[in-house]
Amino acid sequence: MAQTTVPLKKTPAPTNWKTWLGVAPFFLFAILFLFLPSMRLITASFSSPEGNFTLDNIRQLFTVPLIVNAYKLSIQISAITALGGGILGFLLAYAVTVGGLPKSLRPILMTFSGVASNFAGVPLAFAFVATLGRQGFITHVLRDYLGVDLYSAGFNLYSFAGLSLVYMYFQFPLMVLIMAPALDGLKREWREAAENLGATTTQYWLRVALPVLLPSILGAMILLFGNAFGAYATAYALTGGRIGIVTIQIGAQIRGDVLYNPGLGYAMAVGMVVIMAISLAGYSWLQAKTERWLR
Amino acid sequence: MASSKDRKVAEMKFINRLRKFPFFAWLWFLLGALYFVLPLLATFEFSLSWDPAVPFKAYQRAFEDVRFWRSFIASNVFAIITIIACIILVVPTAYWIRLRLPQARRIVEFITLMPFVVPAIILVFGLIRVYSTPFTIPFTDIVFMKPLTQFKAGTNILIVAGYMVLAMPYMYRSVDTGMRTVDILTLTEAAQSLGASWFVIITRVILPNIRSALLSGALLTFAIVVGEVILASFLGVNAFGPYLFLLGQHRAYEPAALSFVSFLLTWIAMGMIQLVTGGQNQTAGGH
Repeated sequence: MAQTTVPLKKTPAPTNWKTWLGVAPFFLFAILFLFLPSMRLITASFSSPEGNFTLDNIRQLFTVPLIVNAYKLSIQISAITALGGGILGFLLAYAVTVGGLPKSLRPILMTFSGVASNFAGVPLAFAFVATLGRQGFITHVLRDYLGVDLYSAGFNLYSFAGLSLVYMYFQFPLMVLIMAPALDGLKREWREAAENLGATTTQYWLRVALPVLLPSILGAMILLFGNAFGAYATAYALTGGRIGIVTIQIGAQIRGDVLYNPGLGYAMAVGMVVIMAISLAGYSWLQAKTERWLR
Repeated sequence: MASSKDRKVAEMKFINRLRKFPFFAWLWFLLGALYFVLPLLATFEFSLSWDPAVPFKAYQRAFEDVRFWRSFIASNVFAIITIIACIILVVPTAYWIRLRLPQARRIVEFITLMPFVVPAIILVFGLIRVYSTPFTIPFTDIVFMKPLTQFKAGTNILIVAGYMVLAMPYMYRSVDTGMRTVDILTLTEAAQSLGASWFVIITRVILPNIRSALLSGALLTFAIVVGEVILASFLGVNAFGPYLFLLGQHRAYEPAALSFVSFLLTWIAMGMIQLVTGGQNQTAGGH
């Protein structure tokens, strides 16, 4: 269709199969170590122990309490930390971009966000044990100086709430990294135009800035959701597998057939891939919407 | 008269500045800074608290352990091999797409996004299931290779391949961004007119021109691989991540010390990326 617009002098040589050979190693690698393993999980999740086609495993995803709970927990923790991390991250990104903080703070915050969003897994879990564990730094300070005993007040780091706090450590920096460039895209003229028309700061934010930013805020939160949904090492190192999120259950299934049905284990993995795929698709759709206003 | 007017002006200025003082911006910033810093401070403080007489005892003990060095060196070697293999795979692909095969761009970009859909735990699940069965010649039962998961070189191949998959999105994006700023076509034509082969063009012309992009991709890969736990522990490889995890099961102070060290390493890698690229491409994942 686009052939009419191509200038004559730049007509590319017709691509034959030899040109495709140049990318063959890449495709071979992707097939061997990405597609083959994923396909194996998908086909296995549709087969019965005898090797016949079945939808039983998929059906059981929605009926076996252990699995339903695992998905519920994973979705809850991902949604909560995506929302919490999203809000805190947005406020921080706002503070260093248009919030009026000294310019010199921005590169510091951006580097720190780069580090923190990559600082996860076992070391992160240990860091939080040293901070909010029973003998942790903050636990001590609060007890000794303010007389507040976190643990007798019902807090527990090795619980759902504790794990959410730990996840937040890599969630909100990611939000900062994504939102800072988007906030830079807010044009000064929009604010001036709004002010000339008599808008207050609140009106400007509610009527102009936030609607423009909304797709990228939602997109970033979806990315945060996926980020938490796929996490395994942090939760395992912190709770030793006591909080049965989906990744922990899949890990247990790899170590040994804890569900007494290998097909069900594969189905659980496939269910996870489906949720990740939906969130990535949602993210790219919103990303495309963002580009209308913010570049 | 004049002085009281001056004072009034000064007062107005002060009030104006007070009204313009970004109170909430500072509040959010301090809140975020506390969240960042407190766990690190606490870890550091805890790692020093073992023996007040010997403040760095936990660090001494951690570094004395032969298993620490063995696993740490192994992880570094895996990181270096992954980076080299990734460059060999990604650079010619990205180059060829820009030069001759723009119609492959969408599909290749799609593939490089796949690791976001297939997290490490799923990837290792699939890899183990596919490569724990022996390779046979198609349509026969003749085995020509043992399962990769059953011998050391095989597991090493699997883990490096897995790391390459995890690093692919970051490496590809870095390299592709790097190539966007260079006129690939002109460079290639110039090199060809001087009689350079494809190998020479890529290694002597293209690679040096995208070195800062390569470096940032490499450092990010390094940060991902050195602390990685999932692939290493499920494939049974003695890497730094599983070592730190096991150490944490029965020791208190050494894991804190090593956590702080690995934070510093991440910091160094990210700081260097910031230096080379000016703040692009610094998000990874895979927790």
